[in-house]
Amino acid sequence: MNANLLPTGSAYFLTQQTQEPERHTLTVLVDNEPGVLARVVGLFSARGFNIDSLTVSETEHDKHRSRITVVTVATPKILAQIKLQLERLVPVHKVHDLTAEGNAIERELALVKVAGVGEHRVEALRLADAFRAQVIDASTESFVFEVTGKSSKVEQFISLMAPLGLVEVVRTGLAAITRGSEGM
Amino acid sequence: MAEQMTGAEMVVQALIDQGVEHIFGYPGGAVLPIYDAIFQQDKLQHILVRHEQGATHMAEGYARSTGKCGVVLVTSGPGATNAVTGLTDALLDSIPLVCITGQVPTPLIGSDAFQECDTVGITRNCTKHNYLVKSIEDLPRVLHEAFYIATSGRPGPVVIDIPKDVQFALGSYLKPQAKMSHPTYKPQMEGDLEAIRIAVDMMLKAERPVFYTGGGVINSGYEASRTLRDLADLTGFPVTSTLMGLGAYPASSKQWLGMLGMHGTYEANMAMHDADLIICLGARFDDRITGRIDAFSPGSRKIHVDIDASSINKNILVDVPIVGDVNLVMEEIIRIWRAKTNQPRTEAIAPWWKAIEKWRGVNSLAFTNSDKIIKPQHAIQRLYEASKDRDVYITTEVGQHQMWAAQHFHFDEPNRWMTSGGLGTMGYGLPAAIGVQVAHPDALVIDIAGEASVQMTMQEMSTALQYDLPVKIFILNNEYMGMVRQWQELLHGGRYSHSYSDALPDFVKLAEAYGGHGIRCDDPAKLDDAIDEMINIKKPVLFDCLVSKEENCLPMIPSGKPHNEMILPDTADIGSIIDERGKVLV
Ligand SMILES: Cc1ncc(C[n+]2csc(CCOP(=O)(O)OP(=O)(O)O)c2C)c(N)n1
Ligand SMILES: [Mg+2]
Repeated sequence: MNANLLPTGSAYFLTQQTQEPERHTLTVLVDNEPGVLARVVGLFSARGFNIDSLTVSETEHDKHRSRITVVTVATPKILAQIKLQLERLVPVHKVHDLTAEGNAIERELALVKVAGVGEHRVEALRLADAFRAQVIDASTESFVFEVTGKSSKVEQFISLMAPLGLVEVVRTGLAAITRGSEGM
Repeated sequence: MAEQMTGAEMVVQALIDQGVEHIFGYPGGAVLPIYDAIFQQDKLQHILVRHEQGATHMAEGYARSTGKCGVVLVTSGPGATNAVTGLTDALLDSIPLVCITGQVPTPLIGSDAFQECDTVGITRNCTKHNYLVKSIEDLPRVLHEAFYIATSGRPGPVVIDIPKDVQFALGSYLKPQAKMSHPTYKPQMEGDLEAIRIAVDMMLKAERPVFYTGGGVINSGYEASRTLRDLADLTGFPVTSTLMGLGAYPASSKQWLGMLGMHGTYEANMAMHDADLIICLGARFDDRITGRIDAFSPGSRKIHVDIDASSINKNILVDVPIVGDVNLVMEEIIRIWRAKTNQPRTEAIAPWWKAIEKWRGVNSLAFTNSDKIIKPQHAIQRLYEASKDRDVYITTEVGQHQMWAAQHFHFDEPNRWMTSGGLGTMGYGLPAAIGVQVAHPDALVIDIAGEASVQMTMQEMSTALQYDLPVKIFILNNEYMGMVRQWQELLHGGRYSHSYSDALPDFVKLAEAYGGHGIRCDDPAKLDDAIDEMINIKKPVLFDCLVSKEENCLPMIPSGKPHNEMILPDTADIGSIIDERGKVLV
């Protein structure tokens, strides 16, 4: 390689990121038509937006309406883009930024399989009790716990189980809803 | 009672009911029922292309030159994948297209059947919307909805994928509703009045204002270009435009600054840089316009009118966002301005015009002409002179010739200039010209081409011949992928890696092989006659215009530089401004 193959400075310019990224929970109300989830997810990947958690289910069967809950981490400028780009999708009714609107209730459910005997098994059960996790399956050397709560609580429970024989975890992703009497 | 017909017949009937007169397509197994329905009627004219990419660009040219929706019909699998480039092009340039693709029968979907591809999956991110129609009951609604979505709001391409069994199925056809609406898709037409009032107040106080207009003004319809003229008259403000917006405001006006951006004029870019108020009308602060974002127009406040809310604050943060149809918003601006005053701000902005005149004096589009060899800029100037008094439409390929065309061919009316701006698709111009000629059979339609680009869709010459479409392909042949060569000269030490056009065909013989007419010219003295010959022949023409090979397209804002650091041509008269600005010029 010769010296004149050094970088030329022709690269596209990147402006300095000055805003701090924030974690936001968005609710996307969509028509539950084929491909709608692919549109939403495809938009995130195509535009380089981030998805931390994603939950989808039809919530109003008579209207074929689904609710998608997305947790994303982005700067305020990008968050505004995410919302506007989502609203541009034809089957999207509305996008709510629950974090910006404030004070939403957020819950997640995890099933946690822990295997062990003796001290570890006793300790796992004791902690499960403290976290109000249910035992939904048990064998002589394992438990499956169901734990519900804020993501941080679920996270903490899982990390406490790690040294006690954690085998595997499955999580639903976040479901979120606003407080009070008003709907979306 | 609703009329009973097959899916294929519904397709044809819906197109007719939507006012479609021409469609561009290519047959194959999965669309044969539709081709059969086309065969049995004579309201819709089908133009048989030579490659599905050609069909999409023809439909784009057709749409852009008429303001109507372009329609494409292709088969499943390779037919659909070949259309992807044109769909993406239409998405980036906001061109209304409806593209109907055949699909394997519904029971075979997902089985890797012959010529199966996941068309809706592949085109999801390169269309405004797409549909896979699995049941005949949905077909009439989807057909009409597709036109509504393609043409309303910010226009764009819509794909309707129709499995073959649905084309054969019998069902009830529904006519389009008089007034379309959609439960979730509702483009916002009227701008927020309060925001418009604030905008007018800012305009009435501005001392260094500029209108930065774009393709949105053209998409908003012919009326919008009239309203823009009124607005410019009323305010007395200077007007510049993106590549996509050329023609919405007349190039012959005194208030016209020329195109802005990477290869825009010095006066347009300096005005943007030094402005205290930018009024963006239907443009999107694309990177070719802004240059370095953090140095873009540092002293200005910005008003942004766009029908697509997501375009606002995407690249550049603005002070006054106005979501709405640009024509309606401009009309409101005019109404509110008039309610306050009838005077343009002539006096207040006189010093601003003085500064602009100084920048204009730089003559940034100047070039050294020659009597030995044809300079590409000169060729376009001669082409302009020879054709400007005719009913002329210009398309282009992508490269230096495209930028020279934008700089040296001047447009006084909208819908006369068709170019691939957002995607920059080489091979766009020739088929686009064919599409324009289909819509305007008696007009003079010229594709200003490069010798490399034009080979990407050259086979459509055969389409032009088949339908007697006398398009003129004016090739600025510099034997280089000139734009690539220019970047290599500027940024890669002049190492011209694979940017030389080798083994070129003899374009004259090629024209003749297709049954068209070939012209070659390498002598500036003979250029005018050769251009006249081209214009007067009622046949498709390939004009091989041999031009100087290593000409650079200037002026240019190099990537990563702000607007006031343009590279000017050597011939530019920077003497008069050197005291203020010349120090920073490269
Ligand atoms: C389909 C496609 N491939 C590659 C490019 C990259 N590209 C941009 S301009 C250009 C060269 C065009 O050469 P030519 O048509 O001869 O035009 P000139 O610049 O010489 O006027 C290339 C390769 C592109 N824009 N489109
Ligand atoms: Mg070339």
